Amino acid sequence: MRRISLSVLFILVCFGVFAQEDLMNLLNENNPKEINFTTATFKSTRILNGHSIERMPAGQLDVRISHRFGRINTGAYEFFGLDQANMHLSLEYGIFNWLMVGVGRGNYEKTFDGFTKFSILRQSSGAKSMPVSLSVLTSVAMNSLKWPDQTRTNYFSSRLSYVGQVLIARKFNQAFSFQLTPSYVHRNLVSTELDPNDLYALGAGGRLKLTKRISLNAEYYYLANPKSYMSQQIYNPLSVGIDIETGGHVFQFIFTNSVAMIEKGFIGETTGSWAKGDIHFGFNISRVFTLKKH
Amino acid sequence: MKRIIFFFFFLNIVFAVNGQKYMTKNGFIGFYSHTPMEDIKGDNNQVAGVLDISTGEMVFQALIKSFHFDRALMEEHFNENYLESDKFPKSSFKGKITNLSSVDFSKTGIYNVTVEGDLTIHDVTNKISTKGTLEVVTGGINANSKFNIIPEDYKINIPGVVREKINKNLEVTVTMKYTPLEKK
Repeated sequence: MRRISLSVLFILVCFGVFAQEDLMNLLNENNPKEINFTTATFKSTRILNGHSIERMPAGQLDVRISHRFGRINTGAYEFFGLDQANMHLSLEYGIFNWLMVGVGRGNYEKTFDGFTKFSILRQSSGAKSMPVSLSVLTSVAMNSLKWPDQTRTNYFSSRLSYVGQVLIARKFNQAFSFQLTPSYVHRNLVSTELDPNDLYALGAGGRLKLTKRISLNAEYYYLANPKSYMSQQIYNPLSVGIDIETGGHVFQFIFTNSVAMIEKGFIGETTGSWAKGDIHFGFNISRVFTLKKH
Repeated sequence: MKRIIFFFFFLNIVFAVNGQKYMTKNGFIGFYSHTPMEDIKGDNNQVAGVLDISTGEMVFQALIKSFHFDRALMEEHFNENYLESDKFPKSSFKGKITNLSSVDFSKTGIYNVTVEGDLTIHDVTNKISTKGTLEVVTGGINANSKFNIIPEDYKINIPGVVREKINKNLEVTVTMKYTPLEKK
């Protein structure tokens, strides 16, 4: 008899516990862990001059207009560089969520350029954990200046230069993201024998979010080739800027010692020195249009 | 013998209790904002929900990152700027049908219900009360509801520049197709 009453008590207890079991816990038990992909490591597809890990999702067109003014140290007569403007226009499109392409034109050496950016790894947590995002960028630039020397045989291939970059980025937290960018630049034709055709560089860039819509960015490329032998004094490009995001626009205001807005130019041909005050003010404006809804 | 009876008795209770819970893992919650400038629509088809028909209790849970938009940029802003999905990955509702007695779960048909409970979005919990329907069908229960929420109630700040593009009231649609919960 005692046993039965014990059993009944036990049953009651069981029943009670079961009935009171939180429905929310039941949900959690039945819900498998999902993969949580990191988004918005950077606000824009550029950290400042160079590419960031971000790409346009499928069906999105990014229209970019960028300016770099003259050197600030040219003084009041040149309105601190604002009288001169270098610009770069580009159209960039996401074909798939992992592939974006772009074409552009800049007045730096009257260059036409094109690039593809492949997304290979995406940072994630949850069911699948991946510490970094990784993309590969390849680009071609074609200088379209008149040949400086019309008397010699000029080949079309001499106009071309190529860039390969591996972008490795990690969003450490909501506010801070960091990217390393090993880079390789090949120039088919260089000015003199002293200038190497192949350039090797390591880029590093980061962003620090100040508010939800404003972030402070910085970017530096270390050019590994010995610079002392080159025909021109070349400096490593350093850029500091601010991203401001308003709906479909991202504005990037930038201070940099480089005037070019393509990889080949700012990695290998930066002639300005921060120490001497050869700083260019500039901006990038990005406007995204949705061409294909998904 | 007593033991066996006890065992069956116990099983029976477990079974009975289980039979009263209904679940879905791919329920729908969508919201819609209309302004003359822009229409914004976010849809989530991976909402998990449980309905206990013995008590009328119902819970939902939605991952913020599972809301999808026509424009990828909207989705990014929704996660990054408004809902802060890295900090607050889930939104949930925990409530109760207040007029459970008016629903006859043994008979197919559509029943009007009122649900009251706590809606948590962006880590802010508010009490809401809404009308909806329960449709008892063979092999399951469908739940539908439509109500409005105000983003500011959930400490979701909308800056002046885009205020014109987002309606002050968001229309939320809930569509759940529950099936009986089976114990694994």
